[in-house]
Amino acid sequence: MRPFLYEKAADAAEAVHFFAQRAQAKYLGGGTNLVDLMRENIERPEIVIDVTGLSREIRDVDDGGLVIDAGTKNTTVASHRTVRERYPVLAQAILAGASAQIRNMATVGGNLMQRTRCYYFYDDAARCNKRERGKGCDAIEGFNRIHAILGASSHCVATHPSDMCVALAALDAIVYLEGPQGARHLRLVDLHRLPGDTPDIETELRAGELITAVEIPALPFAIRSTYRKVRDRSSYAFALVSVAAALDVDDKGNVRDVRLALGGVAHKPWRATAAEQALRGAPASEENFRRAAEAELKDAVGLAGNAFKIELAKRVIVNTLQKLAMESGAGS
Amino acid sequence: MSIIMDVMKTAVRLAPGSWLPGGTPDPLMNKHGLIGKPASRIDGPLKVQGKARFAAEVSLPGLVYASLLYSTIARGRIATLETAEAEAAPGVALVMTYRNAPRMAPPPLMMSAPKAAGASGLPIMQDAEIRWNGQPVALVLAQTQEQADHAVSLIRVTYAVAPAVTSFDAAKAKARTPENILGEPSSIEIGDAEKALKDAAFKVDLIYRTPRHNHNAIELHAATVAWNGDQLTVHDATQMVNGTAWTLAQVFGVKEEQVRVLSPYVGGGFGGKGLGDHQILAIAASRLSGRPVRILLSREGVYRVVGGRTTTEQRVALGAKPDGTLAALIHTGVAATPTRNVCPEQFSFPARHLYAANAIKVAQQVTDMDMLANIFMRAPGESVGTYALECAIDELAEAMQLDPIELRRRIEPEKDPTSGTPFSSRHLVEAYRHGAERFGWDRRDPTPRSRREGEWLIGMGCATATYPYYRMPGGAARIRLTADGRAIVQMASHEMGMGTATVQAQHAAERLGLEYEKVSFEYGDTSLPSGTLAGGSSQTASIAAAIIAVSEVLTKELLKLAGNDSPLAGLKPDEVEARDGGLCHVDEPGRFESYVSILKRAHRDELVCEAEAPQPFEMWKYSMHSYGAQFCEVRVNAVTGEIRVSRFLGSFDCGRILNAKTATSQFKGGIIMGLGLALSEETLFDERSGRIMNPSLAEYHVPVHMDVPAIEVIWTDIPDPHSPLGAHGIGEIGITGVGAAVANAVYNATGKRIRELPITLDKLL
Repeated sequence: MRPFLYEKAADAAEAVHFFAQRAQAKYLGGGTNLVDLMRENIERPEIVIDVTGLSREIRDVDDGGLVIDAGTKNTTVASHRTVRERYPVLAQAILAGASAQIRNMATVGGNLMQRTRCYYFYDDAARCNKRERGKGCDAIEGFNRIHAILGASSHCVATHPSDMCVALAALDAIVYLEGPQGARHLRLVDLHRLPGDTPDIETELRAGELITAVEIPALPFAIRSTYRKVRDRSSYAFALVSVAAALDVDDKGNVRDVRLALGGVAHKPWRATAAEQALRGAPASEENFRRAAEAELKDAVGLAGNAFKIELAKRVIVNTLQKLAMESGAGS
Repeated sequence: MSIIMDVMKTAVRLAPGSWLPGGTPDPLMNKHGLIGKPASRIDGPLKVQGKARFAAEVSLPGLVYASLLYSTIARGRIATLETAEAEAAPGVALVMTYRNAPRMAPPPLMMSAPKAAGASGLPIMQDAEIRWNGQPVALVLAQTQEQADHAVSLIRVTYAVAPAVTSFDAAKAKARTPENILGEPSSIEIGDAEKALKDAAFKVDLIYRTPRHNHNAIELHAATVAWNGDQLTVHDATQMVNGTAWTLAQVFGVKEEQVRVLSPYVGGGFGGKGLGDHQILAIAASRLSGRPVRILLSREGVYRVVGGRTTTEQRVALGAKPDGTLAALIHTGVAATPTRNVCPEQFSFPARHLYAANAIKVAQQVTDMDMLANIFMRAPGESVGTYALECAIDELAEAMQLDPIELRRRIEPEKDPTSGTPFSSRHLVEAYRHGAERFGWDRRDPTPRSRREGEWLIGMGCATATYPYYRMPGGAARIRLTADGRAIVQMASHEMGMGTATVQAQHAAERLGLEYEKVSFEYGDTSLPSGTLAGGSSQTASIAAAIIAVSEVLTKELLKLAGNDSPLAGLKPDEVEARDGGLCHVDEPGRFESYVSILKRAHRDELVCEAEAPQPFEMWKYSMHSYGAQFCEVRVNAVTGEIRVSRFLGSFDCGRILNAKTATSQFKGGIIMGLGLALSEETLFDERSGRIMNPSLAEYHVPVHMDVPAIEVIWTDIPDPHSPLGAHGIGEIGITGVGAAVANAVYNATGKRIRELPITLDKLL
């Protein structure tokens, strides 16, 4: 680890102010990913701005939604009564991630900003376009079992490792930002980028922008929502494939509305819009679920180590939707 | 070494039975007192309270901290090396590279001399050559660990890259047959196994593959070292204090007596805590800087410089006659090894001793790869060898429409199938019977995919566990019997968490007829009488034999000391036994005198005796092995291929069990490590670069709590009449057979034979 400056910000404005003082600056939440990367000399900030002193509330919004401050611990969100009742998919996704100790430290803002687990990104002896643009990618022909099948490029096949973000993507979450040019907000699905030829640029954040809160809009049918994570051991492993889903089936057994997002498959939490579109208005049947999954994975590309994920993702989508359909009383 | 072994073997065959320590069975073998009791570990409270001081916790005045820089290529030379920035960094006391490192002899390889402990014979920071990806190329000493780590990041190295052999398939094409495999012949042929296979009524001929594994003991490898003139003190985390001291003496050109190694607590060994480059580099840096040094490898560092289990490709071919006996048993294959390495992953050992067959062929080859030296890892060879052999047995049983336990019963040998020597103690069939009853094996439907609950396919599998009995020569024990009737037993042995001190205190108390609380066991320090290594599941028997030897001397000395005024007057050693804190006549318990009384009358504060254990001749006279029957139930998700082990039972035959509690933990620990081997553990060795890509607990998947079901452990508890205490070491057998039991259960659940570990879900989709 290299020497660095440390500042603790009292509020967002002060955090943004500190950030501007050095060319290489990083906001520090729970440190469960940033500090690891600093130890490995992958992240080399000159200044670290601790933002855990900022407000960390969870507030109800008038229309039935919820606002979660960015400094809120993952454990707090997962155990929050409203979250568990209205958005079970979010509570389940958080609990499927990391370990209890890590969740006790990790913050919502930090979770959004965590970086890929690609082995070659973590080892500065390897080539990685994400660490150094234009250097090449050792993952494409190397170990790529945990890598992307959707939206990848010839420059980068890394995945975004978050579970929580997959649920947030399904729930149409909005991310609130504060930066040198003032406040603004983005849809969570627009926050993270696909790698293209600049995999080193991972989000749409502008220099110095700090995530201050995440809003989850009201979604009554999310009461019936779930998160299914498939991985290489029962706990403490990143998703090979995960599915966040909420399903609204009408009296006739047709899909009135659906939210679907995938994890472990792309450089960002993957909102499955093609599948959703294929399902809206269609009978909630296994056949249609399969058709929707096929539509979503139509452009998926497998590498030597991860091609199995294409079929796995389809199966988990179908299986998850079937379970939700059963719960809502629709036969399938 | 093998010549010495041949001479010993011949001597043993000609010797009368009474010559052997087991010729007359140990009288404690069947005694039920302290032996077998589930005593809690003596070191338990210390560890729970954080009071046990480990190697990286020893503080010395003026201590500096070491950090290592590892090469990023597999083969070549250091072209440029810039250290000026690191040398100028805050707190730095020394930057050591091949340019300024003291001249050191390579560590003598294990088995080249009785106490040789080197796993690899490569020079350590003596030249610009790079021989594996991860080789230490520089060491920094600084006032704090953080300063040392930072300074290391400031060193600039460039390499002249040379072609490296890092592909197993390429190396396999040039595989060679080594002179021997850990002192055993590389190949054995009895009859014409290939022809017998060809002619057999039923046959299977299969290839199994197992990946590289790395050590992940919770305690990272560490040493705190200091020179005082030519006196060297090493606080180490090691399974071999005496081997380390002797070998370091050879490396640094000092006398063995000038090196003291202390290792009272080791946070997990599993074969990986031996003498590696890190201790030698720390000691060299200490000599160069004149400062005491602490080296604590990072988790990544353990992956870069401490080897593990290596890649294997194994062929198992079995040919059976219609009556279910074996016409042919073939187990051959290749293990990936670097040059000058003594750990060839002896996967062909189980097939040499396990089953009867008319014709047998076992053969093992090695490669010459540019990679980190392999080191022992819990049941090296036997763990992955039983995976291949026991899966093949299951496949043969299916081909013959026989229950796999029944097949094993039919191929149970009467004597060792390759050496022809009698078994000292073998109750494998019984272990299977007990295990099958307890596990409910009769509920298994041999037809795959016949049991299902919702999405989950359920299957059962079993496999044989086996590991040799070893007792190492050369150990000695000392007993200090004090005037207050207490005994301190001393031997430079090891406690890696398995219960050594507890079990040997139980043993010594029973042997000396003392209360358990009055006996303590001191170990882990080369200033004590020389012990043997804690490896090969040999330590328990090795210590026990030394304690037996010294207790015999003690009895003689006590009788002398008792003299003519004692009720024991005139009695010979074999006429007395230890009981109630003293000695008494075997047939007249009334003729008794306590140790306190004997010492008091003789005006002695203490009586100190020392003796060496007899040579382990029993190992040559008998085929000595431990056995077990592993039973596994798995649930496989029909949608995702996820595998969950839902039940596990190990039924063991390992002689007399000395402590039911510590033994259970040992067996369970082995089984859990076996579940990792079966389902998740895999070192990602990038064959393009020879580099390990997952050097962390996050990406190298050992089982987590949720992966481990309730595990039941039972044992026959039948003493081996030819071993001290009737006991066998049990540290390693738990992991053997687990891979196959899981794979066979997965087959029963899904109908898919997975012949390459680990069994990950993609292989079942």
